[in-house]
Amino acid sequence: MPHPFRDVAIVGVYNTGQARHLPEHDSATIALEGALGALADAGLRPRDVDAVCTQFSTEDILTLGLGPATRRHMGLGIPSVLDAAALIATGQAEVVLMAAGGAGVYTDRAATAPWTRPAHEFVIGYGLFTAAEFALVARRHMLTFGTTPEQLATVAATIRNNGHVNPKAVYFGRGPYTVDDVLASRMIADPYHLLDCATTSEGGCGLVLARADRVADLPSTPAWILGGGGDSMGPSYHIAPRWDMRGSTDADVPNGYVGRRAARRSFAMAGLGPTDVDVAEFYDPFSFEIIRQLEAFGFCGDGEGGAFVADGHVAPGGSLPITTDGGLMSFGHAGHTAQLLQRAIRAVEQVRGSCETMQVAGAEVAICSNGGAGALFTDVLLVGSERP
Amino acid sequence: MTTLQAQQPGIPAPHPGRLAEPYWDGCRVGELRFQRCDACATIPARPASICPNCYGRSLSWERSSGIGRLYSWTVVWRPQHPAFRVPYAPAIIELDEGAWVMSAMIGCEPVDLAAGLHVEVEFHPASDTVTLPYFRPAA
Repeated sequence: MPHPFRDVAIVGVYNTGQARHLPEHDSATIALEGALGALADAGLRPRDVDAVCTQFSTEDILTLGLGPATRRHMGLGIPSVLDAAALIATGQAEVVLMAAGGAGVYTDRAATAPWTRPAHEFVIGYGLFTAAEFALVARRHMLTFGTTPEQLATVAATIRNNGHVNPKAVYFGRGPYTVDDVLASRMIADPYHLLDCATTSEGGCGLVLARADRVADLPSTPAWILGGGGDSMGPSYHIAPRWDMRGSTDADVPNGYVGRRAARRSFAMAGLGPTDVDVAEFYDPFSFEIIRQLEAFGFCGDGEGGAFVADGHVAPGGSLPITTDGGLMSFGHAGHTAQLLQRAIRAVEQVRGSCETMQVAGAEVAICSNGGAGALFTDVLLVGSERP
Repeated sequence: MTTLQAQQPGIPAPHPGRLAEPYWDGCRVGELRFQRCDACATIPARPASICPNCYGRSLSWERSSGIGRLYSWTVVWRPQHPAFRVPYAPAIIELDEGAWVMSAMIGCEPVDLAAGLHVEVEFHPASDTVTLPYFRPAA
């Protein structure tokens, strides 16, 4: 059976400028800039698009005069990429435009960012927010396997140093960081210090998919979807984010390893395994989440993630470089879905060989991810340089 | 010394949902309640109208002893909202009856928190209408 996404190419990707604040923009205008940039990268004009899967789909259809066009709302990151690819694979579209952005949404600096504050009845009274929710998950791993704050800080320093050398990162030039720097930063929600946590910032991005027969006419180097999948355990930030929570269906995957089923399915679709992956553009809301994903996706055994990062595997030049643009900790963390789509964009840049910094030499297969166990979901995408 | 304490009214307080009314009614009268499936005894992760295990439609509310063990926790030093007094310690508790509760630890120092710590419930008002269960080390 041919690969389900054999006829789907990723032909354009783009990030707008990312900054702590973009005063001249709102979310819709910065997302539109992301869309236009991705089309330019692909060598396409807006009128070549016949399906729009953006954060503001109908607005973009009208603004760019694309009607009648197929519309999908980009409510998620990686799952939306897979849905957009399916539009092409099933003959519903030839060119799909994806874009997202966040600007003008974080102005109250006296509190955590508004989208990090859960309002649900069982959590709001206890002052939970993302760092605290994710800390409850990290704590269980530390208790069970002896994972240390130094191992968490190693992840944070690695990713922040990737951003330190990236001129397009919000925190470009702000390092370099040592493990001790991370441990010395002020405590936010134990075990998470300030530098263990993602930043908040603003920006937009875009991605364009096209039917494979269009690739020959386009100037850009295509990337290909080798596999993908997504796991959810329930709504984010409604109930206790318990490591051992299980559903009644796939009982060998507790919430702590959510994403394992998605990774298995992704690797099966690709006909590949973890040892075939050259670079991991992991989602990095908090430092421990990298250790969790390494175990959940099978890059090391359960409980071995702390030692895996301490042994240098995820460092530049290591066996599995991670989050090479600086990720949510340093490159940017624009609200809504931009920060989700940006992990896929970086994976595409790696397998195209077009990263301006931290390009992994000869990278042919990249994994990227969204989500985390504090939020009860993880999505996985495998991107490659060769058509499947 | 930093003894963890209950928050004062004025914090963002819960808006009880319809399915959870018996839970919040119980908190107001000093009872910690949880729901269990009449057919298979499964305790759902939150108040439910269907059992997630056997899909039975009959679930009953029970009163917990309020005794349990500390499963996981964090100590927050950067508040979610300025109304919260720091430090505070969100915690996941496993009740002796098998139910799981999202709550916060009080009545001890952050350094006293440990996996498996025996804890007991204590109620404090969060607003004029809502009372929150907290947990402290068991006597």
